[in-house]
Amino acid sequence: MYRQTEIIKDSSEVSPGGGDLEEGGGAEFVINVGPQHPATHGVLHLVITLNGETIKKVEPHLGFIHRSIEKMCESLTYRQFIYVTSRMDYLSSHINNHGCALCVEKGLQVEIPPRAQVIRVIMDELTRIASHELWWGAMAMDLGAFTPFFHAFRERETINDIMEETCGARLTMNYMVPGGVMADIHPNFQKRVKDFIILFKSKVDEYDELVTGNVIFRNRMKGVGFLSKEDAISYGCTGPTARGSTASCDIRKLYPYEVYDKVEFEEILETGCDSFARYMVRIRELRQSIKIIEQLIDNIPEGDFQAKTKAVLKLPKGEFYSRVETARGEFGVYIVSEGGATPYRIRFRSPGFSNLSALDHMIRGGKIGDLIAAMGTLDLVIPDIDR
Amino acid sequence: MTTEELKIKITELLPSAAFEEGGEWLTVNIGSADWLSFAKQLRNEGSLFFDYLFCLTCIDWKTHLTMVYHLTSTLYRHNIVIKAKLNRDKPEIETVSNIWKTAEFHERESYEMFGVNFLNHPDLRLLILPDGWEGKNPMRKDFEDPVNMIKL
Repeated sequence: MYRQTEIIKDSSEVSPGGGDLEEGGGAEFVINVGPQHPATHGVLHLVITLNGETIKKVEPHLGFIHRSIEKMCESLTYRQFIYVTSRMDYLSSHINNHGCALCVEKGLQVEIPPRAQVIRVIMDELTRIASHELWWGAMAMDLGAFTPFFHAFRERETINDIMEETCGARLTMNYMVPGGVMADIHPNFQKRVKDFIILFKSKVDEYDELVTGNVIFRNRMKGVGFLSKEDAISYGCTGPTARGSTASCDIRKLYPYEVYDKVEFEEILETGCDSFARYMVRIRELRQSIKIIEQLIDNIPEGDFQAKTKAVLKLPKGEFYSRVETARGEFGVYIVSEGGATPYRIRFRSPGFSNLSALDHMIRGGKIGDLIAAMGTLDLVIPDIDR
Repeated sequence: MTTEELKIKITELLPSAAFEEGGEWLTVNIGSADWLSFAKQLRNEGSLFFDYLFCLTCIDWKTHLTMVYHLTSTLYRHNIVIKAKLNRDKPEIETVSNIWKTAEFHERESYEMFGVNFLNHPDLRLLILPDGWEGKNPMRKDFEDPVNMIKL
């Protein structure tokens, strides 16, 4: 591991003029970004090999926030382990919980009451909006624009308040449980969500005005971090990262769960394959999420919010896999059960881990300044990668 | 392809493949020595075209290790699960990182967590665990760490 910035001189590569630092010159720099760097949005350590300003290699060093969640889950019951998963992708905690609950329900073969299904989808989409807003603000800040961050957080706070009222938490929700949701929605929920939709619709246009059309922003994003469709699939990229490269991978469309097959929405695909395309996917997804919530918010069926399940859940012997679409991509839960009250082995296929693996390929040959732009559009959440 | 059609096709390609019943998707047990050539066929055969490896992991069964590969085709949308049994004392299997690039990171994770040695892997080093960790594999069932208490 490289402790500090250092210069590695390889005698074979030194040009006759000596180690001049211009592009194509002889010296090769190794610099560290992180583990404590604002642009990595957490404790991610990138070791970057540079030739002048050109990136030759990017090597992620992970594990600064590794908690061995998979191992931990092996000693937790099927009711308990879901709480730990909120701590992985903390910006999509509802959706993480959802994926885990779905997997347990698959094993137990319980029917979820329609009310719970609709509540779950609304919560998922609110989470997606909140997550994309944070990404939007933070990414603009990475590129030097400070204002968007406050705009994004202003609306995100509204979502957090709505969540807090119903779930009692603002970040690690733990609201979805096997069989449904933990508690019924707050009496104010529908009204507040509707108010939010009206407010948010005008704000998305504001986001476009502030950032999307900005010439400096476009110049920094277009053509940066190119990722072809084939590479996106090969690297296992999912979510907006892959959809910016025209790879269709929206689990909500391909393998619909809950009521996603009954609502109308589009899978957003962009053809640019660059950072700007990935940016546009997320911005357009905000509007789709609003569309889904609009269709459901007045049509929450009456009835139970939770199916009747036993106090101690025991999954039959076998293997169960469920996949959901988080704000970052495909989240998979793989449970191997031996028939007991705890899983024998549990595996979380986190979207960020695969998306990050494509970073080196995307940015190789680019400039150091473009790294931040490309990395910003991957929407990395480090606990999701390290688990 | 439906599961039945897949079954016929897989038997054609690899007669020694054993099918496992009960899973959501077609599950195929293969010998670890067959994996590399079989993986190439899965990826490149026109009617199979499994181009997306969405989950790669390992399971410690105390007597042996099992590598599990979840594959899907983005063209035909069929899924398959491949399992290969490995010797627990000397787990070795060919890398597939040149077929599915995502495998490079996932194999590094399995390497450090389970001690599986991926033959011909371009860069088999620790990824998540800190430097100097070599030798102990935290995700194995017999791993104990009283200081950090992974087991709650």
